[in-house]
Amino acid sequence: MGEAQTRGTPFVVPAEEMDDALAPRVGGKALALARMARAGIAVPPFIAVTTDAYGTFLDAAELRARVLFELDRKDFADMRWEEMWDAALRIRNLFLTTPLPDELRAVLAEPIAARFGETATVVRSSAPGEDSAGASFAGLHESYVNVRGVDAILEHVKLVWASLWSDGALLYRRELGLDPTRSSMAVVVQEIVAGERSGVAFSRHPENEEKALVEAVHGLNQGLVDGAVEPDRWILARRDGSVLEHRAAERHDMMAPAADGVRLVPLPVERRSRAPLADPELPLVFGLARRAEEHFAAPQDVEWTMRRDELYALQSRPITTLAGEAGDGRATYLSLRRSFDNLSALRRRIEDESIPAMVAATQRLGATDLARMDEDDLAAAARERKAEHDRWVDVYITDFIPFAHGARLFGRAYNDALRPDDPYEFADLLTATPMLSLRRNAALERIAAAIRAGDEAAAEREVTRYVAAFGDAAGDAAAEADAALAVARRLAARPAGGPAARPDRERLERRYLDAHPPEERERAAELLDLARASWRLRDDDNLYLGSLEGLLNAALEELRRRGRPVDPRLEPRRVALPSPLAGAAPTAGADEAAPAGSAAPAADGVRRQARQIVGQPAGPGLAVGRARVVEGREDLLAFEDGEILVCDAIGPEMTFVVPLAAAIVERRGGMLIHGAIIAREYGLPCVTGVPLAAELITTGDRVTVDGYLGIVVIG
Amino acid sequence: MTAVDEPLAVLRALFARQRLGVLATHGEDHPYASLVAVVASSDLRHLYFATTRATRKFTFLTADPNVAMLVDSRSDDDVDFHGAVAATAVGAARELDGAERAQALDAFLRRHPHLRGFADAPTSALVELQVRTYYLVSRFQNVTELHME
Repeated sequence: MGEAQTRGTPFVVPAEEMDDALAPRVGGKALALARMARAGIAVPPFIAVTTDAYGTFLDAAELRARVLFELDRKDFADMRWEEMWDAALRIRNLFLTTPLPDELRAVLAEPIAARFGETATVVRSSAPGEDSAGASFAGLHESYVNVRGVDAILEHVKLVWASLWSDGALLYRRELGLDPTRSSMAVVVQEIVAGERSGVAFSRHPENEEKALVEAVHGLNQGLVDGAVEPDRWILARRDGSVLEHRAAERHDMMAPAADGVRLVPLPVERRSRAPLADPELPLVFGLARRAEEHFAAPQDVEWTMRRDELYALQSRPITTLAGEAGDGRATYLSLRRSFDNLSALRRRIEDESIPAMVAATQRLGATDLARMDEDDLAAAARERKAEHDRWVDVYITDFIPFAHGARLFGRAYNDALRPDDPYEFADLLTATPMLSLRRNAALERIAAAIRAGDEAAAEREVTRYVAAFGDAAGDAAAEADAALAVARRLAARPAGGPAARPDRERLERRYLDAHPPEERERAAELLDLARASWRLRDDDNLYLGSLEGLLNAALEELRRRGRPVDPRLEPRRVALPSPLAGAAPTAGADEAAPAGSAAPAADGVRRQARQIVGQPAGPGLAVGRARVVEGREDLLAFEDGEILVCDAIGPEMTFVVPLAAAIVERRGGMLIHGAIIAREYGLPCVTGVPLAAELITTGDRVTVDGYLGIVVIG
Repeated sequence: MTAVDEPLAVLRALFARQRLGVLATHGEDHPYASLVAVVASSDLRHLYFATTRATRKFTFLTADPNVAMLVDSRSDDDVDFHGAVAATAVGAARELDGAERAQALDAFLRRHPHLRGFADAPTSALVELQVRTYYLVSRFQNVTELHME
């Protein structure tokens, strides 16, 4: 390093010294800004931290091998998105907890401090090839707004580096056929211009060559980019800039700088009736996009902001693909990230509207007596139940599944604030929220307690209460009671227990809140509350949907019982696992090829036997025991104390045997799936993401579950 | 190797790529390891290698034919931890002669033509390892057993 390094392969390049030859080192975003500045377009002052700095950090901290180790646990093709997210979280934590080597830090700190001092900055990704003709990583790599002081800037530079390995960026690279290990990352550090109005301008409309497009919001651009603030939108004639259409937004909020970062705040009432851009200002913004297009000789998408009527370009990139063009999944990968405000709105909708409506629908439909209906009424009831179930499956996909991002958003914030060695420590703050399945398990424990005390009458009463509270509205009450009693008897044969004693949540919570400056604590507490709601719903939503599915199945069953043909279109759509207590079997991973390692001898005389399988560590601990592969209700009822629960995907309706289990092994991967959540609650060793778990392991196999390393040994 | 790759196909690809294996023998109360040029039969049930009879490995395998052979695809790089595949073959070794030797030698020399002089020398033995079991390790920790029955 030292002088030769700074001269030969500079770690920091000021805007004034950037030329095209530096493109592979400073990235396209930095170069575009430099070129605009040279062309006389107002651009906030900036510097670039080059890819050499990134490479030096990786080498000095030996991060390349560690990143590969996290990423290559399993073949990409075998990984679910949840596992990618987990790997990305672990990699991000590596970057967070690895300090910059002193020498590199010194070389970076000096020019950054000299240029920015305590001025607020934006720290943006500028990966070489990031916004090229065929690809746009806009939004997939990170940008951080309102970062002050050299220490904070350098920490955020590391976070931008880490975003090269975010789940969305990894998936997008895979789609483009790019090798992430060959990718690199430069970073732009730019003085913030706290504009009163901001937006984007497309010199050519992405969907119409004759038109141009300008979007504008009050406040900072972050609101528009994150989708938190709806923009006003103008369609212009590309030829002369005349306004063809103006669609005004419902203007409620704006993004404003906060002590640390940005914050969505209510838009002052007097500005709500005003469009962010006045008519005479539109040509200025459109003109900026046109100038950028002329300069770069290609249609441009320019981010801009206006402070005291002075217009700045924040970045410019080529308009790459037309919206909706096939084969580019970037939009999907972008949707993998949700903002706090977006998730808060989702939560209100789910808690205030969807869940009460689902419960009401279940009660209403469950109140009808199918056995007494004539055939026409029964057919109509089946159709009604199908329509209701379909409706909620849609809501499940559009709202419930994305709401799981609440826990993820919190996980990142927790790790940012506390930098724990265990990247999943945050889950300890989310567990022991009152999940339905845990309440049900507590009810089972009450039956077991009555049996232990020899009070059969009390046990009967508890069973009745259990069925009333947790039984399926349409299920067979007697069968439910038998199932509950069978599990409770096994529970009774062992000492009274329940979820494991978890770390002191109050202490953890205090530590989390104390890690924030006082003015940020309320926000931190809100995020924790959101995350807990998100965590809870991941368990509860399947139970609610399962009830509706049970009702639909009951109607179809009644039709069959009467010898009536059942239209296959009436069968329930499968997104959630069906409830084994309602008599159906969970669907196996039908999307997977035949197992490579079944123990049966093949025709070629070679007997294949999986001996050790790698999944993801999802609950620390070690357990050895007899495997019970759970594929349906019968397996659950046969579950013995101390067995290892092996399944394709654990649903909350299966969790009532968890108190009996010594460990959990699941094909589905991820830290935030039900198996991992419930294992964490009970302190059980758990390995998820085990390919073909239910096929490779047979009930009765002796299995060792290493929840520290995520390894399952058979035999 | 993904979870659903056929392990025999993985083994075939490994033997097609690798020419050397590490032979583990046992004698004089201690284990012993040596690098040998190896070729697999098309059904993967036999591995063949040549050695001079004066070697320690030949002495050991003659006294105790229970041997193991490790063949792997490592490149001594970071990616090996998850990219490399290693197969340990366990079985019984014996020196071949007559028609068996001629047939095996033919396969051996197709893979290692430059070793003709070495393999043809009167002091060299052509050894067959009849494989009972392969232990195939991929992605650092995935282990599949292949019992050649």
